[in-house]
Amino acid sequence: MTIQALAFYLFASVTVASGVAVVTARNPVHSVLFLILAFFNAAGLFVLMGAEFLAMILVIVYVGAVAVLFLFVVMMLDINVTELRQGFLNYLPVGLIVGAILLFELLLVIGSLTLGSSIGVLPAAPTPSVLDVDNTQALGNLLYTRYVYLFQAAGLILLVAMIGAIVLTHRSRVGVRRQRIAAQIARRPEQTVELRKVASGEGV
Amino acid sequence: MSAFANDLSLAAPEIWLALAGMAMLMYAAFRGDRGWRESVWLAVGVLAVALVILADRPMMTVAAFDGLFVSDGFAMFMKQLVLIGGMATLVAGLGYMKREGMGRPEYAVLIVFATLGMMMMISANDLIALYVGLELQSLSLYVVASFQRDSLRSTEAGLKYFVLAALSSGMLLYGASLVYGFSGTTGFTALATLFEGDVAVPFGLVIGLVFVMAGLAFKVSAVPFHMWTPDVYEGAPTPVTAFFSVAPKIAAMALFLRVMLQPFGELVGDWQQIVIFIAIASMLLGAFAAIGQNNIKRLMAYSSISHVGYALVGLAAGTADGVRGVALYMAIYLAMNVGTFACILAMRRDGRMVETITDLAGLSRTRPLLALVLGAFMFSMAGIPPLAGFFGKLYVFLPAIEAGLVWLTVIGVLSSCVAAYYYLRIVKIMYFDEPAAAFDRPMGAELSGLLLLTGLFVGFFFLLPEPLLAGAEQAAAALMP
Repeated sequence: MTIQALAFYLFASVTVASGVAVVTARNPVHSVLFLILAFFNAAGLFVLMGAEFLAMILVIVYVGAVAVLFLFVVMMLDINVTELRQGFLNYLPVGLIVGAILLFELLLVIGSLTLGSSIGVLPAAPTPSVLDVDNTQALGNLLYTRYVYLFQAAGLILLVAMIGAIVLTHRSRVGVRRQRIAAQIARRPEQTVELRKVASGEGV
Repeated sequence: MSAFANDLSLAAPEIWLALAGMAMLMYAAFRGDRGWRESVWLAVGVLAVALVILADRPMMTVAAFDGLFVSDGFAMFMKQLVLIGGMATLVAGLGYMKREGMGRPEYAVLIVFATLGMMMMISANDLIALYVGLELQSLSLYVVASFQRDSLRSTEAGLKYFVLAALSSGMLLYGASLVYGFSGTTGFTALATLFEGDVAVPFGLVIGLVFVMAGLAFKVSAVPFHMWTPDVYEGAPTPVTAFFSVAPKIAAMALFLRVMLQPFGELVGDWQQIVIFIAIASMLLGAFAAIGQNNIKRLMAYSSISHVGYALVGLAAGTADGVRGVALYMAIYLAMNVGTFACILAMRRDGRMVETITDLAGLSRTRPLLALVLGAFMFSMAGIPPLAGFFGKLYVFLPAIEAGLVWLTVIGVLSSCVAAYYYLRIVKIMYFDEPAAAFDRPMGAELSGLLLLTGLFVGFFFLLPEPLLAGAEQAAAALMP
C-alpha cells in the first residue's frame, strides 16, 4: 500500500512539475521534452489505477507519434519564444492582482454552491469486475459490439480529416523530374551510347 | 432477421452514404481533377439513392445499435430535407465550380460525408452519437469552407469557422460530461425515464444542459453564438455558403429539437426561458443588423440568424404543434434559401461574381424573370401572404400563442416587420433603381431549373399545403407522442 502511495506521489508530482516546465521553459524543444516526461508519468498514473491499456496507448500514441510530431514542428519553425515573452514581467503584477480577485470571487461562489448529488444510478456500461476480465478485453468487448456504430463513425471522422488535410495542402507541382523506372529499364545502349572509332592522332 | 441485421437495415441510408462516399473517393483518386463534374453528379445520384432507401424505412420509432441510433418519423422528415438541400446546392454550384477553378472531385465527396454526419446527428439517440455525428459534419464543413485555398477570404472563413466551432464543441462536450456525471447515462431514452415524475434535478445537471444548449445554439447560429456566421457566409465560396445555410442548419435544428424535447423534455421549465431568450435575441439581431449590410451573402447570413430565431419560437412553445411548426418552417426555409442562393449564383458580370446589393439595380428591366423570382423569395422571407414564408411563420407563432407566450410572439411579429425593410429594399432596388449593366447570360440550365422548382413551391405552396403539413405533423407526432 505504501509503495502504491509513494508511486502515486512520485508520478503525480513529476507530472505537475513537468507540466509547469512545459509552459515556462525558454527553449521550445525543452518544452516538448518536458511534455514527453509528463506523458510518461501520466501513463504511470494510469497503470496505478489499473488501466494498463490506456497507459500503453498514451505512451504509443502521444509519446510515439504526437510528441515526436511536435518536436519536428518546433525544430522546423523558427519561433523566438523569448521575443513573444517580452513584456511578460511588466504585466505580471496586474495579472496577479486580477487572478487573485478572480480566485477570491470564485471561492466565494463555489463555497456557497451545491451542485446536488447525482440522480438515478443508471450506469450506461457497468464496469465489470477486474477479476473477471482485464480492462483491455473489457474495452474490446464494448468497442466492437455495443459501440460498433460509434467506432465506425470515429473511423469516418478520421478519414474526413485525412481527406481534408490532403485537399487543403497538396499541390501538384509542374516540372517535377520523377524517376521512371520502366523508362530506365527500357533504355538500350544503342539509344544513348555512340561508339566511334577514333583514329590515333586525330580528334573526333 | 437477427438483431444486428435489423440494426443495419434501419441505418441503411447512412451505411449507403458511407460506402458510396468511399467509392467516390476511389473514383476521385484514379480519375484525378478531370472527373470533378462527374463526381458532382455522382454525389447527387448517391444522395438521391439515399433518399429512396430512406423512404423505404419503417415510419415507427425504433432504436438500433443498443439505443445509440433512432429511426422515427421525425428523423425521416428532417433527413429528407437535408438530402434535398444537399442535392440542390450541389447542382447549383456546378457553374460556379467550373468558372472559379474550384473543380476538384473531393468537394462532392466531402459534401456526401457532411450529409452523412448530419443524418447521424438527426438520428442520434445518445450524447456520444450526437457528438460523433456533429464532428463528422463539422470537420467536412471546415474543409469545404476553405476549399478555395488560394483565396484569402475563403481560407480565413474556414479557419474562423474551425476555431469557433472547436470552441463550441468543447462547450458541448463539457456539458455532456456534466450530464453524464450527474445522471450516470448518456442515452436519451435513459435520461428521459430518469426525469419522469417529480424528481429533484441536481443543479449540476442543469448546468450541463445549459452548456449543451450553448453548443447547439452555436451550430444553428443563434444569438449570442452567431458571431461566426456573417464572416463565414461571406468568405466561403458561394455554393458552399448555400449549402451551409440550408443542410447543416436543418440538421442542427433537428438535433436541438430532439435533445430538448426527448431526453430533457421533462425539464421544460429549466430550458424554456433560455430558448425564449435566444429566440428573441436572434430575431431582433437578425432584423436590425441586416439593415446596414451591402453584401448579399452577409445579408443572407443575418437573415438566416433571424430565421433560426423564428424557428426557435416553435421550440419554445414545447408542444407537438410547435414541433410541427418548426419542421414546416425548416422545409419552407430550405426552398426559399436554395432559390435565393440560386439567384446569387446567377449574379455574374463580365465573367466575375458580384455580391453587392446595388449590383441588382434595375434587374427588372434587364432580367425580368429573375427579378420576379428573387422578388417573390424576398416577399416570402419577409412573411407576406400568400407566399410560403408566411405559412412558416404562422405555424410557429400560433402554437406559441396557444402555449401562452404572447410576448414572444409580439416581438417576433414586430421584428419580422423590421426585417421586411431590408427584404423589400432589395425589391425596390431591383424594380425602381436605374439599371446597372446586365448580368452574364446564360445563367445555366441547372440554376434555371432550381429557380423554377423553388419559385413554384414558394409561390403556390398555399394551393396545396396538405402533403407537407401532413409530413410535418407525422414528424411532430414521432417526436412528441
